[in-house]
Amino acid sequence: MRELLRVGAGAGFSGDRLEPAAVLAQRGGVDYLILECLGERTVALAQLRKHRDPTRGYDPLLERRMESLLPLLRRHGVRLISNLGAANPIAAGEAIVAIAREQQTPIRVAVVTGDDVLALIDPDELTLEGGTPIAAYGELVSANAYLGADALLPALQSGADVIITGRVADPSLFLAPIAHAYDWQVDDFDRLACATSIGHLLECAGQLCGGYYAEPGRKEVPDMAHLGFPFADVDARGNATLGKVEGTGGCITLATAKEQLLYEVTDPFAYVTPDVVADFSTVTLRETGPNRVEVRGATGKGRPPKLKVSVGYHAGYVGEGEISYGGVNAMSRARLAGEIIRQRIGKEFSEMRIDLIGSTSLHGRSFNPRDQPYEVRLRVAVRAPTAERAMVVGEEVEALYTNGPAAGGGTRKYVQEQIGIVSTLLERERIATQVTLREWSRDAQAA
Amino acid sequence: MPKLHDLAHCRAGDKGNTSILSVIAYRPEDYPLLVERVTVDAVARHLEGIVLGDIRRYELPGLGALQFVCERSLSGGVTTSLAQDAHGKSLSYALLEMNV
Repeated sequence: MRELLRVGAGAGFSGDRLEPAAVLAQRGGVDYLILECLGERTVALAQLRKHRDPTRGYDPLLERRMESLLPLLRRHGVRLISNLGAANPIAAGEAIVAIAREQQTPIRVAVVTGDDVLALIDPDELTLEGGTPIAAYGELVSANAYLGADALLPALQSGADVIITGRVADPSLFLAPIAHAYDWQVDDFDRLACATSIGHLLECAGQLCGGYYAEPGRKEVPDMAHLGFPFADVDARGNATLGKVEGTGGCITLATAKEQLLYEVTDPFAYVTPDVVADFSTVTLRETGPNRVEVRGATGKGRPPKLKVSVGYHAGYVGEGEISYGGVNAMSRARLAGEIIRQRIGKEFSEMRIDLIGSTSLHGRSFNPRDQPYEVRLRVAVRAPTAERAMVVGEEVEALYTNGPAAGGGTRKYVQEQIGIVSTLLERERIATQVTLREWSRDAQAA
Repeated sequence: MPKLHDLAHCRAGDKGNTSILSVIAYRPEDYPLLVERVTVDAVARHLEGIVLGDIRRYELPGLGALQFVCERSLSGGVTTSLAQDAHGKSLSYALLEMNV
């Protein structure tokens, strides 16, 4: 048995920076590199791309990420785990093998499937959010169950260099290699909870290293332009020390670790993943050196009998129009502009929102009692059943140029297809996961 | 009157239509003051019009932190809201405006 396992976080969301993962692979001494690239809605959007082209539907940055990483993985003996398979993990696996062939790098990719449960969804089932039947929301696009670490274990045992999945609970992507390395049992709940807390701390990558934390003068973070991504050195009991690569930007402190530990946790006493119900209230954090924080003490209480399923549905289109006003009475001119739009088309849409960017657009009001911004940007947004209808709001805002208040400038108009997400539960026995291998070697080519 | 911003830092997260706001004391000795002043009622008053549903508060003395789970706070939820900041990511700094 090894002394410590080092797992690194090479991406915290689909659009994350590319180079920190390469730094971890090259100079981080990591055993495993995890790329978390699949947000709540990302998989539904990927499903739409797969409908248009059956060879797509995986993460749009897959090629760019893997072209730089594959040679480094091989050279430094790093295994990669990622959910960038999105709506089409098999196609993602094949795309990675194609890149390896191009680079003449032998590779074995294990693809984990089974999260796509659209065929198992009962449209009359009530959602967790509203107690409304799923079918009432709109035409369904996707339904993906959050798989746990157990779905990844056969892929890890296959000896694959790269493991690709679709929807897997984010912390499970990290728990899986740890449980595999130390041969933990699936009911060793305290250890599973410890690794879950580590996975949760790492899953947003840069957010543990001062990303999304900084505030000049109050919460200083050094060299954010070169923010390092984090790793954890984990022992066989599930205790860990967080760190980042020497010479990278950012910082790991008690404060950054606390913010990330609590991030998006709806119950710190019962954080539910497919693997375990983890109690984070028992976690202790201790700074053991510069950019080093020790994590221990999470406790586990069994695992849930059902898995959460994210269901994506068509939610129509959102149209937006924007225009800016500056100088004397900018606010009153912007308000008048909004009122004109409301009078002209307000009744035509089920939902319309008028924002004054620079004052009240984020929080509905300003907490600053002397709120008189020098400039303000009007934004009008509507929901519409078609793209054509949604476009009308942008056209109306644009027409304020010659028909609206004085000195409006810089109009923009946007239309975007909307995918809504609701959740339901599915018994774990009904979800069958598989592992499919795809590989390339020089011998295979010769044969 | 000090603002929450003087005593604590905060990060906002989201799950559906629920906003999750952490309040973390910079200095452990300020934690009891946060427990006393940053109550569910005080947060509900401060975020009136933003948080439309129930608020739950969790106390985490080991971390010197409070966690607020605020239902019906994101205009219907991340995926169907017309708001610019559909995740409510900026709400952490609305909470830090609170007088304590």
